[in-house]
Amino acid sequence: MLVPLKWLKEYVDIDQNVIEFGDRMTMSGSKVEGIESFGEGINGVVVGKIESIQPHPNADKLVITQINIGDQTLQIVTGAKNINEGDYIPVATVGSNLAGGLKIKKGKLRGEVSEGMLCSQEELGIPMKLIPEELKDGIWILDKPYKLGANIFDVAELQDDIIEFEITSNRPDCLSMIGMAREAVATIGGRVKHPEVAIKAEDETTTFGVKVDIHDQEGCTRYIARVIKDAVIQPSPLWMQQRLMKAGVRPINNIVDITNYVMLEYGQPLHAFDMDYIADNSIIVRKANDGEIFKTLDDVERQLDETMTVIADTTKALAIAGVMGGEESEVTENTKTILLESAHFNKDRIRATSKQIGLRTEASARYEKGVDSNIASIAADRACQLIEMLGAGTVLKESVDVYPAAKEARQLKIRHGRMNDLLGIKLTVEEMINILKSLEISAEEDGEHLVVTVPTFRDDLQMEADFLEELGRIYGFDKIPSTMAKGNIVVGGKTNGQLIEDRAKESLLSLGFNEILTFSFVSPKSVDKINVGENSIKRNFVKLLNPLGDETSVMRTSLLPNMMEVLSRNVNHKVEAARAFELGSIFIPKSECNAKDPLPYEIANLVIGMYGNEDFYSLKGVVEALFNRLGIKDLEFEVEKNHTSFHPGRCANIFVGGHIVGVMGELHPQVAENYDISKRCYIAELDFYLMMQFTRVTTMYKPLPKYPAMTRDLAVIVKEEIMVREIEKIIQANGGDILESFELFDLYRGNQIPEGHKSIAYTITYRHSDRTLTDEEVNKVQDAVVAGIKSEIGGTLRE
Amino acid sequence: MEARLRELEEVAKNEIHQANTSDELEKVRVKYLGKKGELTEVLRGMGSLSKEERPVVGKVANIVREGIEEALQEAKNQIKNKELQAKLQAEAIDVTMPGKRIKLGKKHPLMQGMDELKEIFISMGFQVAQGPEIETVYYNFDALNAPVNHPSRDMSDTFYIDEETILRTQTSPVQVRVMENKKPPIRIISPGRCFRNDTPDATHTPMFHQLEGLVVDKGITLADLKGTLEVFAKYFFGNQTKIKFRPHNFPFTEPSAEIDASCFKCSGSGCSFCKGSGWIELLGAGMVHPNVLRNCGIDPEVYSGFAFGMGVDRLVMLKYGIDDIRLFFENDMRFLNQF
Repeated sequence: MLVPLKWLKEYVDIDQNVIEFGDRMTMSGSKVEGIESFGEGINGVVVGKIESIQPHPNADKLVITQINIGDQTLQIVTGAKNINEGDYIPVATVGSNLAGGLKIKKGKLRGEVSEGMLCSQEELGIPMKLIPEELKDGIWILDKPYKLGANIFDVAELQDDIIEFEITSNRPDCLSMIGMAREAVATIGGRVKHPEVAIKAEDETTTFGVKVDIHDQEGCTRYIARVIKDAVIQPSPLWMQQRLMKAGVRPINNIVDITNYVMLEYGQPLHAFDMDYIADNSIIVRKANDGEIFKTLDDVERQLDETMTVIADTTKALAIAGVMGGEESEVTENTKTILLESAHFNKDRIRATSKQIGLRTEASARYEKGVDSNIASIAADRACQLIEMLGAGTVLKESVDVYPAAKEARQLKIRHGRMNDLLGIKLTVEEMINILKSLEISAEEDGEHLVVTVPTFRDDLQMEADFLEELGRIYGFDKIPSTMAKGNIVVGGKTNGQLIEDRAKESLLSLGFNEILTFSFVSPKSVDKINVGENSIKRNFVKLLNPLGDETSVMRTSLLPNMMEVLSRNVNHKVEAARAFELGSIFIPKSECNAKDPLPYEIANLVIGMYGNEDFYSLKGVVEALFNRLGIKDLEFEVEKNHTSFHPGRCANIFVGGHIVGVMGELHPQVAENYDISKRCYIAELDFYLMMQFTRVTTMYKPLPKYPAMTRDLAVIVKEEIMVREIEKIIQANGGDILESFELFDLYRGNQIPEGHKSIAYTITYRHSDRTLTDEEVNKVQDAVVAGIKSEIGGTLRE
Repeated sequence: MEARLRELEEVAKNEIHQANTSDELEKVRVKYLGKKGELTEVLRGMGSLSKEERPVVGKVANIVREGIEEALQEAKNQIKNKELQAKLQAEAIDVTMPGKRIKLGKKHPLMQGMDELKEIFISMGFQVAQGPEIETVYYNFDALNAPVNHPSRDMSDTFYIDEETILRTQTSPVQVRVMENKKPPIRIISPGRCFRNDTPDATHTPMFHQLEGLVVDKGITLADLKGTLEVFAKYFFGNQTKIKFRPHNFPFTEPSAEIDASCFKCSGSGCSFCKGSGWIELLGAGMVHPNVLRNCGIDPEVYSGFAFGMGVDRLVMLKYGIDDIRLFFENDMRFLNQF
């Protein structure tokens, strides 16, 4: 809401400077978004009169004018086309400053002396979009004679501070000068000086017999029609134009300007129809017909339907109620008779209509937020008063006001003690009554209660709690003390799940992985890029109805595509090596409608990705370290040849307790190519939710060994296709109680090893917790291991 | 004999002094004190001495041996020291060469900011609560007292899955879920991802992060909200930080306020950071609306509460001077490595 300060001061005395006033208003709830100073930096511009216009001897496109500025006459050369002798115009004298830092100097134009410049509105700092059509290009011709030589800013109230207030959705009453004046009074004191509205409306002789029928009573709760005859359509006077411009509204003509002026002043949208186009002088407020076509005054044909309300006559629609009038009945310079509408429409209806036809106007914006139906009459009268004042027509005595159910002020009972209890302050009842009074809310003490009468323009005050805000903000939030919540102590902290997440993240961070964050939604094509099979469940997406675009239209079923996008982007940015992980949810639709909890499954997943100086085993080391840190034991890796995202010879499923908790391996080169990556990428995709079920973060202390260990090296030759895990299983199976650990230390192929075979060497550590082992004991176990290897996998001891 | 011993001592000491390495010194030791050493040989000849002479010569012999041993020890120390010095000198390296690269990973800056925020509230007794990213319209709007026609429900603002299901636009639904399942006293924060139908630009992304807080107990006041947020702002931005409560309007709270913090860069004098105002918009807050408490099965006549919510992305951007929110989601390693 743009509020020109000088206009506001017509309704309320403001002694503070604009900054201080703005701060006070901000602190009482009307936040100042900005203050723009109109006319700032512009000076030396005075009123002048064009005495004569002579052709320029040396230039066809220039003229020489003699301009009377009171105490002297200046010769000014101009290229302006729209000037006539006798016009009053703004003159920038020598030494004056104009908008955009333009400085006026005395000079010669094609040999003729020019002592200043005739000004357009733009040069006086008015934004182009606010300048009336007829003044857009050309000199600003003032509307009437003014004192010659007077400062232009004394004549036109253009030098002003325009405050832009943010009006919250609960306060549509503040979308008006009167509303802002009320807030100002509550904030800084004083009283609202309401305009004295009185109309002559003495013409009783003419009656048109205007009839108003509200057929759609749900859509329209009040309709006032006034008739103005002998209309004289012309530009409105300077003062009105300026107020409109400063409030962000472009002047059109006197009638339209008056309706806009009253809308800004009271918050009541008005509409003027050319009465000649209203059949039978009859206004019918009805629902639109399905498929009804209507041309609004912006020259667009719009298709209406039954959910919308229209203003019609007996034959056709004249306006979309509360949104926009029709082109046909628009007031033009030929209009003779006007029907002025001041009405109240259902806000939800207006909102839906405006949304559906995609047209939002100053009127619809106000109606959809809520307009007090009781101000329709004073707004209509105010408009008629201005019409009379401006000589824009003759207001007839005849008027119609259809208002079947007048809105009345509400009474509420609120507990004054409760106000103090919840705000944490100690206002007296009298102080509360005074605060409410400053907001035009009357209140009376009734024991523990205050009986408040809420004016009809304050629909937001519906219950006791709403008064907390009124009392709090006018008393001043800044005066409320700061205390710490008393009462029960609550132990703060994280859940076990959150702590496990923290631990997993810390492990990966310490292993050199950066944490990444990516969107929860992806493109449905993302699964194609990672080579997911036709029938994979990863193609079963939770879909958005209204995505921003295809790229973000479904909820992810895997964290891999986003990880690949990130790795690809980094490769592209010439980042040599990267290690990254993301911990986030994947989304799986529920197969059947579950009425109790209709939401899809959200499953925590962890994806680890890397490229650079890496291989399968460096990733495996990371995975093992991570699981170890989470206390997850008995990890098994099994060959996986069919996962389409991975290299078929370098991929393993990760098992814990018989469950697959994830898959890891080298990215399939085809997938890498899909992401334009020529480097080998290593990926682990883990079901973090499942991992959390196996996580054991509490560790029990085991005494350090008291007796020495014995180590034995074991080198065996096995066939190439034997996986080392098979050897290890034999070691585990035969190791008995004394097997402490084993570690692979050599893998050898070549000299002395038969073709198609490999040599694998382990260091095996044996220990007994209660005594020192003897060679015989250890040899027995070691021999059993060797025998096992021979019988089970055909391996031989390497001598 | 005595003279022979004295002479021996002198000769031995001489040789000790001439030894330059541990090996040479050892040779000298063996030569005199070894099993077949010269001193040993001399002492072996003591048997031929008279009863009276023996203790006298024995005493001299001991003194001589101790003298040689002492000299040996001293020389040994010297040589060892010399050798050590030489070794150390030989081992000198260029300490300005770079260290062996150990790369620690970096937590995403948004999560670092989130962690910092969480820690502050955990220390004030808040528990961390989480909930689903896909929510029902009921939990995201209805239960939170959002009017049926509130623009935030529009498809132009909110992502819909179907008529009843959306991507949450705030983490407040978590608060509703907690209130439904837990009796006061309640003190929780709910951090997490949120979604709004915003086209990406330097200050908007369709996904962003919020941290909201909720306190419900007997006798909770607006003054308590002020106190809590003041502590928070001082922790997060520094001890000199002031906060300002501006009345505002949210459906979820009554009364409602927006809270500004004095700019941590210029301390309130106005700079490019705070666009000259001296203040930075921090968060929205208020007293929980009685309708919301009632919707969650909590009697507003018995309990009251406050709630607040902040956009984490913006706070982290402010704190680190990041000028484009999209950087968070591009995950360029060169960006992440900076934090």
